[in-house]
Amino acid sequence: MTERRWPRYTPVGDSALLVEFGDQIDEAINRRVRALAQALARASTPGLGEAVPSYRSLLVHYDPLCLDYRKVERWVRKQVRQTAAVPLPEPRLVEIPTVYGGEFGPDLGFVAEHNGLSTQEVIRIHSRASYPVYMIGFSPGFPYLGGMDSAIAAPRLETPRIRVPAGSVGIAGPQTGIYPIESPGGWRIIGRTSLGLFDPHADPPALLSAGDLVCFVPISEAEFDSMSESA
Amino acid sequence: MTVCLKVLEPGLLTTIQDLGRRGYERFGVPVAGAMDPFALQAANNLVGNPPDAAGLEITLVGPRLRATANCLMAVCGADLGLWVHRWKMPTWTAIFVRRGWEISLQGRKSGCRAYLAVAGGIDVPPLMGSRSTYLRGGFGGYKGRALRAGDALPIGEPTCSLTDRAGQQLPERSRPRYSENPVLEVILGPQDHRFTPAGIETFLSGEYTVGGTSDRMGYRLEGPVIAHKSSAGIVSDGIALGAVQVPADGQPIVMMTDRQTTGGYAKIATVVSADIPSLAQCVPGSSRIRFRATTVKSAQARYRAMMNNLC
Repeated sequence: MTERRWPRYTPVGDSALLVEFGDQIDEAINRRVRALAQALARASTPGLGEAVPSYRSLLVHYDPLCLDYRKVERWVRKQVRQTAAVPLPEPRLVEIPTVYGGEFGPDLGFVAEHNGLSTQEVIRIHSRASYPVYMIGFSPGFPYLGGMDSAIAAPRLETPRIRVPAGSVGIAGPQTGIYPIESPGGWRIIGRTSLGLFDPHADPPALLSAGDLVCFVPISEAEFDSMSESA
Repeated sequence: MTVCLKVLEPGLLTTIQDLGRRGYERFGVPVAGAMDPFALQAANNLVGNPPDAAGLEITLVGPRLRATANCLMAVCGADLGLWVHRWKMPTWTAIFVRRGWEISLQGRKSGCRAYLAVAGGIDVPPLMGSRSTYLRGGFGGYKGRALRAGDALPIGEPTCSLTDRAGQQLPERSRPRYSENPVLEVILGPQDHRFTPAGIETFLSGEYTVGGTSDRMGYRLEGPVIAHKSSAGIVSDGIALGAVQVPADGQPIVMMTDRQTTGGYAKIATVVSADIPSLAQCVPGSSRIRFRATTVKSAQARYRAMMNNLC
């Protein structure tokens, strides 16, 4: 197989272009994605639509009634060259107050046992790290987080739950995440936050954006209740 | 009193849609919008609305509605049978409707989705720049849900005379050539390299039935199994309208307007813009489709010619 050169440009249908900066989950690659997304969002070119960032690539929509693919690729290549060395703003740190265990985190015990730890150790390990938000996707406001300590990794449930409450904090394999809205799910739920991650009437509608840093702050059930009331 | 359309019977699945919610995919918000955007724009054109005004997307079995004031409307897309007051009326035509008259869509002849536009547009409050209903998320449109009996849909101020346009039609040659068993053009990629040559050959030569669980999120196809080189999983990335993703079972899913913004299955190809309307008119459980590869250049030329027909 020939070695691929990055970035790589590919047409997606007749109205989008995919720019890929690599083929793995990596903070440096993700930074280039976000730098380009930021540049495209600032430059308003007629006919150019939204650019959707993900782990390692950016999907750039355009209107084929105004632009052809070659023109779009040329323009995006220019932006990639110009943004290669552009520093991104310091990441925003977002604290997620979380009640661990109990009825809010029914799988905390499993995660502890699975890794030969006490539940207190799991909480300490989970809440001491900060997690970069690589992308938002899958469902409205859902953050894909990196950086979890593999010491608390745990397999998904064999049978997903039919309803996982909004705000649930979970672990699936080497990843941690937060459910923005009530939905079915197979992650091991270790806690819950009272923060709303998605509100269609808010601007922006999602609490988190790609590039943010997230950390979990342990709180008590009483604190959770008072925060929920004031929310 | 606000002019409105009263819902007497909702039909199978009737929702408010415009051309979709743009600019919020980076927050994980699906685009939504009309499944057949050509038909919605044609209906809006006929009644003098801007192309992105909100109308009704009507699925297979239509609603019964009553106008509370004189209005001008048009129904384009599938032929689900259109009755106004006591008369059978043509689709793709601007129709003057008197106050109190009943409008109903029943007696489907062909297609899956019809679009009803009314002069002034359906004037529910926009959310994130769009009036489209996103059913799974429960927001947008009318209270985030499909219409029910008793709903009253507000109508905006028409920008043109209601009577001048009545009777105008989109000529037959300008309408899409819908088929319930279409051949759809695709552009291979962006992950066609994740499939074996035989897998790609299977995809381009096989016939696929549109599965009964197909909906606004995706058309699940059933047919010959498409072979991956190794696994079906990729590092999740953005999903375009019409993307054909192939999970491990080798059965393709064409991603439609309510698709999630990102996903982790390899995408073998993308259906071209000019064929999205045909796909939207395929009937779950019965339509059979085939795919043919084309180039970006020729797909864009076809799409431009199609959209020129709206002018």
